[in-house]
Amino acid sequence: MRKNWPVLALGAALLVGLALPLATGASSLGFYIEVLLGGLMTGVLYSLVALGFALIFKASGVFNFAQGAMVLFAALAVARLAEAVPLWLAIVLATAIMVALAWVIERVVLRPLVNQEGVTLLMATLGVTYFLDGFGQTVWGSDIYKIDLGIAKEPVMILEKLFEGGILVNKEDFLVAMVAAGLVAGLTLFFQKTATGRALRAVADDHQAAQSVGIPLNHIWVIIWSVAGFVALVAGVIWGSQLGVQFSLAQVALKALPVVILGGFTSIAGAIVGGLIIGVGEKMAEVFLGPVLVKAFDLAGGGIENWFAYVLALLFLLVRPEGLFGEKHIDRV
Amino acid sequence: MKVKSIVVAAAVAAAFASPAAFAQAKEQFFPSLVYRTGPYAPNGIPFANGFADYLKLINARDGGINGVKITFEECETGYATDKGVECYERLKGKGPTGATVFQPLSTGITFALTDKSFNDHIPIITAGYGRADSVDGTVFAWNFPLGGTYWDAADMLVQFVGKKEGGLDKLKGKKIALVYHDSPYGKEPIALLEERRKMHGYQLMLLPVTHPGVEQKATWLQIRQQRPDYVFLWGWGVMNSTALKEAVATGYPREKMYGVWWSGAEPDVAPVGEGAKGYNALVFLAPAGQGQVHKDIIKYVYDKGQGTGKKEDIGDVLYNRGLVSVMMAVEGVRRAHIKYGKRPLKGEEVRWGLENLAIDEAAIKRLGFAGFMTPVSTSCVNHEGDAQARIHTWDGKKWVVQPGVYHADTSILKPMIRASAEKYAAEKKITKRDCAKEAG
Repeated sequence: MRKNWPVLALGAALLVGLALPLATGASSLGFYIEVLLGGLMTGVLYSLVALGFALIFKASGVFNFAQGAMVLFAALAVARLAEAVPLWLAIVLATAIMVALAWVIERVVLRPLVNQEGVTLLMATLGVTYFLDGFGQTVWGSDIYKIDLGIAKEPVMILEKLFEGGILVNKEDFLVAMVAAGLVAGLTLFFQKTATGRALRAVADDHQAAQSVGIPLNHIWVIIWSVAGFVALVAGVIWGSQLGVQFSLAQVALKALPVVILGGFTSIAGAIVGGLIIGVGEKMAEVFLGPVLVKAFDLAGGGIENWFAYVLALLFLLVRPEGLFGEKHIDRV
Repeated sequence: MKVKSIVVAAAVAAAFASPAAFAQAKEQFFPSLVYRTGPYAPNGIPFANGFADYLKLINARDGGINGVKITFEECETGYATDKGVECYERLKGKGPTGATVFQPLSTGITFALTDKSFNDHIPIITAGYGRADSVDGTVFAWNFPLGGTYWDAADMLVQFVGKKEGGLDKLKGKKIALVYHDSPYGKEPIALLEERRKMHGYQLMLLPVTHPGVEQKATWLQIRQQRPDYVFLWGWGVMNSTALKEAVATGYPREKMYGVWWSGAEPDVAPVGEGAKGYNALVFLAPAGQGQVHKDIIKYVYDKGQGTGKKEDIGDVLYNRGLVSVMMAVEGVRRAHIKYGKRPLKGEEVRWGLENLAIDEAAIKRLGFAGFMTPVSTSCVNHEGDAQARIHTWDGKKWVVQPGVYHADTSILKPMIRASAEKYAAEKKITKRDCAKEAG
């Protein structure tokens, strides 16, 4: 308990910060709930991308900087293919493309670098990022493309009798959150209950031990990159339908970085909880904290949600370097 | 060994020599700073295509400007200021007389290049963007915000909503939200909107959106809470379509949204489709559509297999703006030929042409731009010409231009421009030009 006091103190401070807009009367309850819901919906999407980071890091120890670029690449593939074939077929074809990409990455990038330093592998994924960003635009184009999931975009008002003006809920956001939650549950089951999932976990725990009992490392890496590619595709399709498929998707997807820092690089639960904390934290900060800071310090203004997520992640890093759910690293000397 | 060294040296010299040195000397070089990749590519591409197609047309149809062939080279900036400056440094010395004029299509890059222009003596055309105070040619000797600035645009929008309310005095107590790109571009209109706020008593909500502008949920939740009477949208690239999507998602009426002229093109509304119906934006110089110049481009450029983009995109809003922007640069060179002769010109000679532009209705018709631009005439003091714009509305499939032409109120703008330009001159220790003396 005593060892955990910095984490508890930070958690308490954040909870107080979260409650302040209501306690000080700066926000009505209805509006507060809307911001909270907006943050949670965004957070689910962050979780989805962070999941891709966590999966690859867990299985191979590689911090895959290219996850954001994979989101863009997959979304571009779906959007452009959907211009020629039905959406479901475009998604199937794009999934095949992402699996092929995983195979190429394993063959061309990972296999030659096996047993190299982590930083070397990180730099390799940086290279993959820039390649995918540029190659994706060369092949699929740089316009803003549409993915139409056929879900109504108009908002729905609920609890109008309880709150003045009601609470705004976006049907698309809600469905998307459900899909993301379903995917997370499915992946968890896959890891826990299937033989492949167990093999993946064995590789994650100890490469050499896994190899010694006959688990093929290269094969596992292709599977894990394919799964990460599929997660990127789901995130890309969802985000693409909301924002349009465009280069910026790769940058938004990088918001998953503070999520994995906060949640822990090796934890699926961390990716989920971290995503929700970052999503809610940044929206609350933008709406309630930003204007207060501008007024109090006579600042020039400017949106704070982009950097606030990193501040939050840094705070957690200071009090718990391995992240909320990460494995504690102990070196025996 | 000696012979071998000479051969190697000659080969190296040949490899590094500028191709221009071997080409005919009667060439005018136009650098083209573009962004065909990155978050702003959907808007940068049509502009760059119009820009390139017009230069190709002048060569193919007219054999150049008064017989002086045009050469041009694109440099990818990605809308990033550092890359823009890099491109500028790389291209400024190209061609027999150096770069003719720079058109960065970025207010951030414009801010960076403005300081350099005083040493390099190369004009910078910023049609509809850049520094609002650079209208003052006595201080900003090399900047040409031809056709309009952000202060003009903001002023016109306030006038428009004032008219809608039944008079500017009716704006008292109304709430106007400015959703802006958090960059020099997005911040430019704030000074004018504040000035007008003091005059008319409306409330101004400032809502910055960080680059590239795809995260706006918090912004639009604030709009939903505050319920402003009007939203002015000052975005670029994907920020515009995202704003419209969020407006749909939060139920804010698109009819109450007014964009600056950089927030009113096809890439801004097409991804939103029907959801963008009713959205309005300013349109200056060139609306969407085709005229004689487009027919010529198809005949002399596209039908010869020399087109830069897709044929079906000819006539889009930003394509046309690229056409008009570079046309004014070409006309600046043509004008300067009157004074300096029909030969390749240096930047400082082109400046004379740009500050003596006289593109009247007859010239517009002759150039094939009838219906696509309004007259522009400049002077040493006024580097902008006459700012005027209209409003066009997205009907779900195309932009429809609304009746009525808006002019910025110079009685408000002139003192602001003078004060800001003088402040800049004092900070940078710039000696103001004496235009009367120069004319004499």
